[in-house]
Amino acid sequence: MDAVTENFDLFLSGYWTSLKICLIALIGSLVIGTIIAAFRVSPVAPLRWAGTTYVTMVRNAPLTVLLFFFAFGLPEIGIRGSYWLFGISALIIYTSAFVCEALRAGINSVSSGQAEAARAIGLPFVATLREVILPQAFRTSVPPLGSVLIAMFKNSAVLGAFGVGGDLFSVSETLTSARGYAATPVLVGVAVGYLLITLPAGAFLAFLERKTAILR
Amino acid sequence: MSEETAPSQGDFGRPLVVLDRVEKHFGDLHVLKNIHLTVHAGEVMVVIGPSGSGKSTLCRAINRLETIDSGSITLDGQELPEEGKDLARLRADVGMVFQSFNLFAHKTILENITLGPIKVRKVNAKQAEQDAMVLLDRVGVSAQAEKYPAQLSGGQQQRVAIARALAMKPKVMLFDEPTSALDPEMINEVLDVMTGLAKEGMTMVVVTHEMGFARRAANSVVFMDAGEIVEENDPESFFTHPESDRARDFLSKIITH
Ligand SMILES: Nc1ncnc2c1ncn2[C@@H]1O[C@H](COP(=O)(O)OP(=O)(O)OP(=O)(O)O)[C@@H](O)[C@H]1O
Ligand SMILES: [Mg+2]
Repeated sequence: MDAVTENFDLFLSGYWTSLKICLIALIGSLVIGTIIAAFRVSPVAPLRWAGTTYVTMVRNAPLTVLLFFFAFGLPEIGIRGSYWLFGISALIIYTSAFVCEALRAGINSVSSGQAEAARAIGLPFVATLREVILPQAFRTSVPPLGSVLIAMFKNSAVLGAFGVGGDLFSVSETLTSARGYAATPVLVGVAVGYLLITLPAGAFLAFLERKTAILR
Repeated sequence: MSEETAPSQGDFGRPLVVLDRVEKHFGDLHVLKNIHLTVHAGEVMVVIGPSGSGKSTLCRAINRLETIDSGSITLDGQELPEEGKDLARLRADVGMVFQSFNLFAHKTILENITLGPIKVRKVNAKQAEQDAMVLLDRVGVSAQAEKYPAQLSGGQQQRVAIARALAMKPKVMLFDEPTSALDPEMINEVLDVMTGLAKEGMTMVVVTHEMGFARRAANSVVFMDAGEIVEENDPESFFTHPESDRARDFLSKIITH
């Protein structure tokens, strides 16, 4: 395990970079996913249509294709930015479609009668979602959202392979290709690094699930 | 040309809810056929009729939970607007009580009542809570204020639902079979609250088969069948001398059970 101990600093900085990517993508995909889910259940038909189109297109494209589109397609139409920005944006867009669908499953689990009751007291659509539907939908959505987010953490490794430097996965490339370490111990180190992100996240989600279940 | 089907039943206020030539289809199904209806301020109107005759649809059309194909519905002189802010404002003036209560499951009883006043009427939280407690007291569930809906009996939940609607200080209250999901021993506690409301002069449209309530509290009875208003009369005349065969047939069925 010399590869890990000798390069511990490199691993640590890779870990932090990956954690940062994950946290930004987590917040970004939750926000956008929620907005798209609101579109998909809105009373306005064009919004519903837009939401459905977004999910269908994004969810059915492989992440790597999205990444290439962002990194090479966008500059061609004049949008400039760093690999870092494009990479994270692609990850957020990709994940948000899955977040949307997990939330929508939760929304559908809330009786439509409650939404009608909220509308009947004069709550506008957005307030109905915010005050009545989403708090309850979220509880049902925690388990599927958990799977989506853990998948997203792991998908963030693709960004490293793709050339967003400094993250945990690109550490393995640096060490194996550039410095000639054996691949296996390096990759084990990287895998442990990802586990250190996903395991606490999983534990937190389990906690959240217990916590929200009691209030039912 | 508006139709005045009802004989004069005392002196009510201005026309509050007016339906004129209302038509509604669900696909091929014609659920509301040329509906003319006027509910005056202070009037209590009971809507009765066989299953599938369009009673719920009529009720839901009045606050536009269901859209109509043609015709017009006005509320206090104002045409129902399209979906949006104006419609939300107008809905706040129309209380609705559902068969299945539809309380907000994640909020306490007190929060169920205060949500509308705080978010829609912009009443401050403290005032809203005080008003809510007065209402809960009036419907007899103030002891349950901190509980969640699932912890209450059906009768209690329905009384909370009535209080939730009243908290908006509505001009008119719509009830869609408010007691038909309740165990028999809980029906009266809900009907008593409704009778009290009627006595205080609340304008009400009540879909129900509770003839006792209709006789005691209603000013008019509307009989619907297959999407049409077949008959409109005062309760006593309607129940003792129904004019149409369809009403006679229907009454003979519900009286025997
Ligand atoms: N959303 C809908 N889509 C399609 N058909 C509907 C819908 N809602 C109601 N219907 C149909 O319209 C007709 C009238 O329904 P409505 O609920 O108004 O009847 P109702 O008089 O309230 O009956 P009940 O006494 O059973 O409540 C019924 O045949 C019903 O099946
Ligand atoms: Mg009905």
